[in-house]
Parts: sequence; structure tokens; C-alpha cells
Amino acid sequence: MKARVPNPWAEETDEAPWRLRLYVAGTTHNSVAALTNLRRICREHLAGRYRIEVVDLLKNPRLARGDQIIAVPTLVRKLPPPLRRIIGDLSHTERVLVGLEVRTEVRA
Amino acid sequence: MKPARSSRPGVKSAAAIRAIPHPAPRFTRLRAAALRKTPTGIRGLDEIMDGGLPTGRATLCCGGPGCGKTLLGVEFLVNGATRYDEPGVFLAFEESEVELAQNVAALGFNLRKLVAGGRLVIDHVRIERSEIEEAGAYNLDGLFIRLGEAIDRIGARRVVLDTIDVLFDGLRDASIVRAELRRVFQWLKQKGVTAIVTAERGENTLTRHGLEEYVSDCVIALDHRVTEQLTTRRLRVVKYRGSVHGTNEYPFLIDRGGLSVWPITSLKLEHSAPEDRVSSGIRPLDAMLEGGFHRGGSVLLAGTAGTGKTSVAATFAAAACRRGERCLYCAFEESPEQIIRNMRSIGLDLRRWVRAGRLRFHAVRPTYYGLEMHLARTIATVEEFAPAAVVLDPVSSFGGSSNVTERRNALIRLVDVLKRRNVTSLMVDLTVGGETLERTTADVSSIVDTWIVLRDLESQGERNRGLHVLKSRGTAHSNQIREFVITSRGIELREVYLGPGGILTGSARLAQEARDAAERKLRAEERDRERRSLAQKREILHREATALQLELANVEADINRRRNETQLRQFQEARDRADLALSRHATGSRATTRQREHGGVQ
Repeated sequence: MKARVPNPWAEETDEAPWRLRLYVAGTTHNSVAALTNLRRICREHLAGRYRIEVVDLLKNPRLARGDQIIAVPTLVRKLPPPLRRIIGDLSHTERVLVGLEVRTEVRA
Repeated sequence: MKPARSSRPGVKSAAAIRAIPHPAPRFTRLRAAALRKTPTGIRGLDEIMDGGLPTGRATLCCGGPGCGKTLLGVEFLVNGATRYDEPGVFLAFEESEVELAQNVAALGFNLRKLVAGGRLVIDHVRIERSEIEEAGAYNLDGLFIRLGEAIDRIGARRVVLDTIDVLFDGLRDASIVRAELRRVFQWLKQKGVTAIVTAERGENTLTRHGLEEYVSDCVIALDHRVTEQLTTRRLRVVKYRGSVHGTNEYPFLIDRGGLSVWPITSLKLEHSAPEDRVSSGIRPLDAMLEGGFHRGGSVLLAGTAGTGKTSVAATFAAAACRRGERCLYCAFEESPEQIIRNMRSIGLDLRRWVRAGRLRFHAVRPTYYGLEMHLARTIATVEEFAPAAVVLDPVSSFGGSSNVTERRNALIRLVDVLKRRNVTSLMVDLTVGGETLERTTADVSSIVDTWIVLRDLESQGERNRGLHVLKSRGTAHSNQIREFVITSRGIELREVYLGPGGILTGSARLAQEARDAAERKLRAEERDRERRSLAQKREILHREATALQLELANVEADINRRRNETQLRQFQEARDRADLALSRHATGSRATTRQREHGGVQ
């Protein structure tokens, strides 16, 4: 069900402590931008410790319910807990880092 | 009848109140060109909305917290799924599926079953602002997708979004929410589903976030007001594009079975008018009313405290039971047991009729419910029990401390329902001392057909009870004030005693009766005496007559005797003369001689 995005950079690992899921609806401008932005942020801040799942709601509409998705795109931090949601095309890097609670980790 | 249309919805002028029952919003003439309607199945609402919500459009339902928005939505979907074969989707922004199912279970809705049967989808959309970070451009496609998926899954025709305000609270960018909502409503229209969108009421606007600008086809406002510690729910159709609708504020209630909007029956004045009469249980009163109350009529029994209103009412109820009819006794001030006990003291065995299932008490504290609840409960009981007679004791307590206009309207509705069902209603009303008897506390006098006044008659240091018929439509009723007495055998009406200062009651009447009796006796004695003296006189005369008769006989006898004596003497004289002649001449016969002789003498 969950579409695994090909991973040309091999920076994602299956044992990653960071599990992120990005919900998109088709290949809209926002969706593409969000995925691009997410990858960039992860490479810069979570290298080697993350795994990204992309869910296209047009293909799997039922999945929207499980993670309480209303806005698209929505990034869900499945791990580490607690669950966090970030909506938008993730163009605002600072907000994404705050939302993922990466910022504090990076500084420490 | 013209459709009820007003430029100022909800504003009732005095004239409008007087014109109650409201003219029915009847739209038959317009139906041909009118838009299609989707029935809500909610009692009363479809009548007000001329058939239901606009099909394929979104209806905004706004109101403050706890006024029944969610329930309206749930019932719309439940009725759709169970009665109109239209499955529905409930997008719950506030409650989870479990909570929702629990909350409406008490009202008799089994959501779980509908969900399991694929007739209903409940999707809880949880938006927690603290869990959401906004980082860049987004839209609400997720919501569309979820809704679209649910609609397609069960082929839904109905959708409820409850409550849309949560979106504004959960997302920072209100402009995006606005734009997206506009898109949602457009999209719902395209989908052809009939939707209800609920929203919180704003301070001075219908909704807090000005949603009425987007959902402008149909707007229903719910209200939940507390007046004198009693709440009354009200519903108003603020706007209905392309359709006429009732514009008044209608009270509604939430009860087992869901929502019901009132009035639904007071729209027309077309009840039949049966000719036959129903006995009041008091024969002299029936006589005063040309045989009793009209069946299906409304009777007002007004009087000051302690004038025996309940006794008369109970007598009426018992009379109905005795005829084999059913009677509903709505007691708002006394418990059934108390009434049964008290009525036993005047020789009425009400328990017997309760046991026989002919008499039912509907006893509720007036302050327990709001007015509309009272009304609905009473009507529900009437519909279930189907009585031929109803007693409301007292109407002054009906609906507790609601204002007079509301109570009056409620009573009009009730009387209307009863008339429609040909139920004779007896309303007991307390007249507060100091007020004129022609004014009743419930101010229902104009809607009653027969008005009986019980009053205190004070004279010579006594209070006695008087009864008169103030009015009785279609009856040449008595104009007498009768004294009525409550005895251990029931109620008796006494003959009228007119004295110099009005009618005589109580001791005065008794004294008058005694005086009358004495006088009668006196007169009889006098007559007796007269008769006796005449008889005596006759006796005397009779005796006198006998004496005179005797005297007469004596006199006659005397006369006879004397005549005989005379004859005898003459004969003797004649014989003597003949003898003398014979001796003297001895010529001719004796007889001729005597004749000649006799003639010669004369």
C-alpha cells in the first residue's frame, strides 16, 4: 500500500530512528515542492537517520483517515514519538525544523 | 391561504399573534418550478421548509453551543439512511465516532448499526492546533479526498460537516480556510449531495466566521434561550433561496426520537365541528348548556381558589369514563394519588377508572420542562392514549413561568391538536383574586368554546360557590347563576333563590327556604281553617233548613187540618141543615134541597 520512493541517494535506512511520511495528492506543484524540500532538509539535518514514505492520497484515499490528514501536503513524523504534523510545501525550513523538533537536537 | 411571508422574520406583531394559528406555508402552487427538496424526516421541519432541504445544495445550520446542531445533522443522516434510502457521511470535527454514537444513543439512534450496514460513514476529523506546524503553501485536498472517498464508498446522498469552525481554530491561515471552504461547497454541489454544514453562532452575525457568505442557499438558525430558568429551544429558517418557507421562530424540542419542531398542526383552522354533546357529569349543568359540551369543544373552567374547579373537572373525567370513553387528566399541581384521594371524598372513584385503563394521569411539575417540552409531551401522550376527553388542571401552570404570550400560543396549539382529534378539552384556570372574573391568567378565553365561571358568593359572613356559564358558542345557554354544592355524593346545583341583594346562597338560602316552608304551612293552615268554617256554616244552614222544612211541614199539616176541619164543619152544617129541612118540610130529595139552600146562603 505505502508507496516506497526509489532512493538514489542511499541516505535512508530501514533502521532509521526518524520515520517520516509525506502525504501528497497527485503531482501538484505543492507536492513536488514538498518532497524536494523534505529531502533537502533531511540530507542536511538528519543524514543517515531517516526514512521517508510518500503516500499519494489520490491512489490511496483511505489512508487519509488514519493519520488525520486534511491538508495537503502533510508531513507526519511517525518516529520518534510523539506524532507531529507539518502542513505546507515545507518551503519554510525553519518552521519544518521546529515542527520536527530537529532544531533543538541540531543545536545540542 | 397565503404563504407566510414576512419581511422581518421572527418579529411577531400583536396582530400576528392574534392571528394564530399561523397560516400554513403552503406552496403547492409554486411547486412546479421549485427546486427539488430532500426531506429531513424531522418532525415539523419539513413542513416549515416546504418539503425539506434544497437537494444537492449545502444548508448552513448555525447556533450557539448545545443548541442541537449536531443532532439536527445526525437525524438528517439517520432518517436519510433508514427512511429515504439515502446513505450519508458525517464528518465530525468535534466528536469521535464513539462519542457521537454514545451521545445520540439516548435519543434512540443506533449509529453503530448503520455504520456496520454501510448506510453511514462517520469520519472524525481531528485537528489539534498544537500538533500542526504550518510550513508553506497547502490546501485542504486531504479533506476533499477523505470526504470523496467516504461518499463514493457507500454511495452517499447526504453529507454533514459538523462543526466547520474547528477548521478555523485548527489552522492559522484563515484566508486559506475560507478559500478552501468555498471550494468544498462548490465541490459538494458538483457531487450532487445534500449537505448540512453546522457553524457556531457569532456575536452579531449568524456565524462566527461569516460562513453565511459562502453557504447562502439555505440558512437555519437554532437558538437555546433561558427565560426564568427554563430553557426553550427555537428554530428559524433565516433564508431559503428559491423556496418559500415559514419565517417564524418555532419552538423545537429534543426528546426520545430526536428533534421535533412545533407547531406542525396549528397551521390550519379546518377541524370539523361535531353536533353531538358530551355530558359534563353534572346533570343540571348539562341542562344549562342544552345537553352538555360540544364534542371536540374546548371548555374553560375558570374560578378563584377553592371554588371546586378540580372537583368539577374530575366529575367530567369520571363521566367520560362512565360512558366508556378514555380520558387523559393532565395534572400540573397535584399528584394523581392526591387527586384520587380528594375526589373519593366527594364520591368519585377515579381509581376504578385508572385500573380499567380509561383514565390516565399525566402528571408533571410545571417547572420541570420548558413550555415546548410540556406541549410536546402532552401531545405525544394524547396521540398514544387517544382519549376522548382531556383535562388540563390547571392551564395557569402549563409551562411554568413562561410568559403569557408563549403559554397562550402553546395552549392554542394544544387546543388545536385536540380539536382536530375531536377530543373534548376541559381547561381549568385559576383566576387570581382581585382580577376580574372575565380575565383569566392564561388569557385563553378567546380560544375556548364554552366558558364556565366558578365564583365565590359572599354574603352574610359566608362564602358560597356559584356557577354560571359565561359563554358557550353555538348554545342557547342558561344565564342563571346557580349555587353549587359539593356533597359527599358529588356536585349538586341548587335552585336559584333570588333575594333583594342578588341570589341567595348558603345559610341565606337555607333561611329563605325555611321561611318559605313556614309560609307555606301557614297558608295551608289558613286554607284548612277556612274550609272548616265553611263546612260549619253549611252544617248550620243545613240544620236551619231542616228545621224550616219541619216547620213548613207543620204549617202545611196545620193548613190541611184546618181545611179538613172546615170541610167537615161545612158538611156537618149542611147535614144539619138538611136534617132540619127534612124535619121541617120533608119535600124533594135531600141533595137538591141542600144545594138550593147552600146557594141561597151565598
